[in-house]
Amino acid sequence: MNLLSVSNLNVNFKMKKQELAALIDVSFTLNRGERIAIVGESGAGKSILGFSIVNLISKPGYIKSGSIKLENKELTKMNLRQLQEIRGKRIAMIFQDPMMTLNPVLTIGDQLVETIRSHTKITYKDARNIAIEKLHNVQIASPETRFDQYPHELSGGMRQRVIIASVLLLNPDIIIADEPTTALDVTIQAEILQLLLAICRDNGVALVLISHDLGVVSKVAERTLVMYAGHIVEEGPTLEIINDPQHPYTQGLLNALPQMTLPGQRLNQIQGSMPSLTERPTGCAFHPRCPYATEKCQQEQPSFIHSGVSSVACFLVEDMVNDFANQDEEDR
Amino acid sequence: MATPLIQISGLEKSFSTNESWLGQWCFRQGKLARHKDSVHALNGVNLTINQGETLCVVGETGCGKSTLARAIMGLTQPTAGEIHYLDQRIDQLNDRQRMFFRRRMQMVFQNPYASLNPRMTVYQTLSEPIAFHQPQLSRIEIDEKIETLLASVGISASSSDSYPHEFSGGQRQRISLARALSVEPDFIVADEPLSALDVSVQAQVLNLMIDKQAERNLSYLFITHDLAVVEHFATRVAVMYLGRVCELAPTKELFSSPKHPYTRALLSAIPRLDSTTAQPIRLIGEVPTPIEKPIGCVFQARCPHANQRCYEELPKMLLQSDSSSVACHAIEEGRI
Ligand SMILES: Nc1ncnc2c1ncn2[C@@H]1O[C@H](COP(=O)(O)OP(=O)(O)O)[C@@H](O)[C@H]1O
Ligand SMILES: Nc1ncnc2c1ncn2[C@@H]1O[C@H](COP(=O)(O)OP(=O)(O)O)[C@@H](O)[C@H]1O
Ligand code: SF4
Ligand SMILES: [Mg+2]
Ligand SMILES: [Mg+2]
Repeated sequence: MNLLSVSNLNVNFKMKKQELAALIDVSFTLNRGERIAIVGESGAGKSILGFSIVNLISKPGYIKSGSIKLENKELTKMNLRQLQEIRGKRIAMIFQDPMMTLNPVLTIGDQLVETIRSHTKITYKDARNIAIEKLHNVQIASPETRFDQYPHELSGGMRQRVIIASVLLLNPDIIIADEPTTALDVTIQAEILQLLLAICRDNGVALVLISHDLGVVSKVAERTLVMYAGHIVEEGPTLEIINDPQHPYTQGLLNALPQMTLPGQRLNQIQGSMPSLTERPTGCAFHPRCPYATEKCQQEQPSFIHSGVSSVACFLVEDMVNDFANQDEEDR
Repeated sequence: MATPLIQISGLEKSFSTNESWLGQWCFRQGKLARHKDSVHALNGVNLTINQGETLCVVGETGCGKSTLARAIMGLTQPTAGEIHYLDQRIDQLNDRQRMFFRRRMQMVFQNPYASLNPRMTVYQTLSEPIAFHQPQLSRIEIDEKIETLLASVGISASSSDSYPHEFSGGQRQRISLARALSVEPDFIVADEPLSALDVSVQAQVLNLMIDKQAERNLSYLFITHDLAVVEHFATRVAVMYLGRVCELAPTKELFSSPKHPYTRALLSAIPRLDSTTAQPIRLIGEVPTPIEKPIGCVFQARCPHANQRCYEELPKMLLQSDSSSVACHAIEEGRI
């Protein structure tokens, strides 16, 4: 059984005058210990998807339809107490800004000890020892000193390590990390990514890494989902997505990277930008920016089809797959 | 032959962090003592920006990149050192004297939200600097100019009456660039202009900068943390660490053979798209805040190759055989 399966998830924002669709028919699965990435540019709906998994979507947003199953438990149907249990023990979240999780008026140590003691009955002294050990595990130098410091006394990289330490305390099955290294310098980013990777591998934790950076994704995730304007447009093994992207958006995203053109040459840009919720186009959401768009693309929404080891939602790819199948038929 | 446009020598800038007189008193070993805290953001920066080139400045947050940019633009007064534009010294000008250079040198900031006035339409944003610096132009000439400018940055002339919030991030950054270009400068300082933008939009803005450089022999000082952009766009690269330049090299040389231990660690940490599994070089600890003026090498606390000399003596920038310059004792001594 899949550890997590999301099917046909639709998330809407209820505005005064209209309903805005933020996620449209999003489906994917996650196996135990598997590391997947959700990539796409800002506004694609990555964070909303991350929040939705733990049913943390806040008003005016709501889950309109679809199912989110953790093994056989349906998360969309749970009450608050049940959800809190899940969020605490089975699914942990790491955000771009560690201060979303850290309490600025408590010391690092007190926060960790509180977490430990909230679900295990042990003395303060024992909890302190465990906390210090975890800080040590996430490579924080002189953890005894850090234990008594406040979040603002730590650098951004160190705060993110503290978050990872606190996640470790909970021993979750899944970590959802939303742009965990975006605010950090490259050298610190590399260290945090390695740490995250090691922790997932060593403890069999599954990871959902949300990122806009394909380079980061390629270092961590086995499988990648590409999002555009509330849709998943391509899904496949990370290396396949990078080496042989099939959806025109994924192709455009990769081709726009500076390393794809010779130094000093103009880059391959994609015209336009990600539409906001109010200006989402009809048909394939990417059609106004797509170099291959046809009339059909403007009117109908492409559905997901298998193409090689990937799945893609694009009429162009669909036609190619069908042609290929027909050819095969004729040959026989 | 490269012609220098901007020359920076011995540039220093420190900020005092406890300005108030009361805040400067504290108890030390039982005695009341006065103590001024300061941050040494720049500690002797020497750089030249040549005509028509792009000098990229890279380095960790807090290493002094923005302070350098602001000092060049006259937005902050250096503590020591000199800045020359061609043969004129520009670091001690008053507002009136600076006017001429405002036209020659422009700046683009990271956040186009913050740098564009939300209450001014695109037309007003662009016409103001043009009318100011070229008072001889007629209304019609200004309008024509704005139309060409907008077209050249890919913003339709029909939206010239729109306000900044009506545009996307990438469009706003292109409007900022149009404003910088409106006075026909020779030199643009761009402080992380792409950081707030998505990959596909980054490409649009970068292309615009590439086009304008080709058209008008513009020079850029380009600050970024995106090393893929640096590799693509830079003519030369200056690597900064704690207020000093530790390596300065032509782009190709820097990426093919990084020399300074910090540069090596930095380049090894880039999350490249390929499936190489080379381990990034781990640095000890985190970037310190430059409270004390450095005595030895600025990188000494995190450097895997540091020895006694590194703690005591500031390494000098030394020219290498591939025309890069590096400030590192270990390299000078042939230890690495
Ligand atoms: N509370 C909200 N109300 C209305 N729209 C929202 C809200 N939160 C997010 N959105 C919109 O939903 C879309 C997806 O947002 P998000 O998931 O944050 O994107 P990403 O994380 O991929 O950058 C964006 O267009 C964003 O503006
Ligand atoms: N106005 C200021 N007052 C006090 N300290 C400052 C000020 N501006 C910058 N600094 C300090 O100077 C150092 C260099 O900052 P900055 O030039 O912004 O670095 P970068 O742009 O490379 O991140 C940092 O330690 C920063 O905290
Ligand atoms: S001078 Fe010494 S401390 Fe500085 S980078 Fe070179 S070896 Fe390291
Ligand atoms: Mg997000
Ligand atoms: Mg800066």
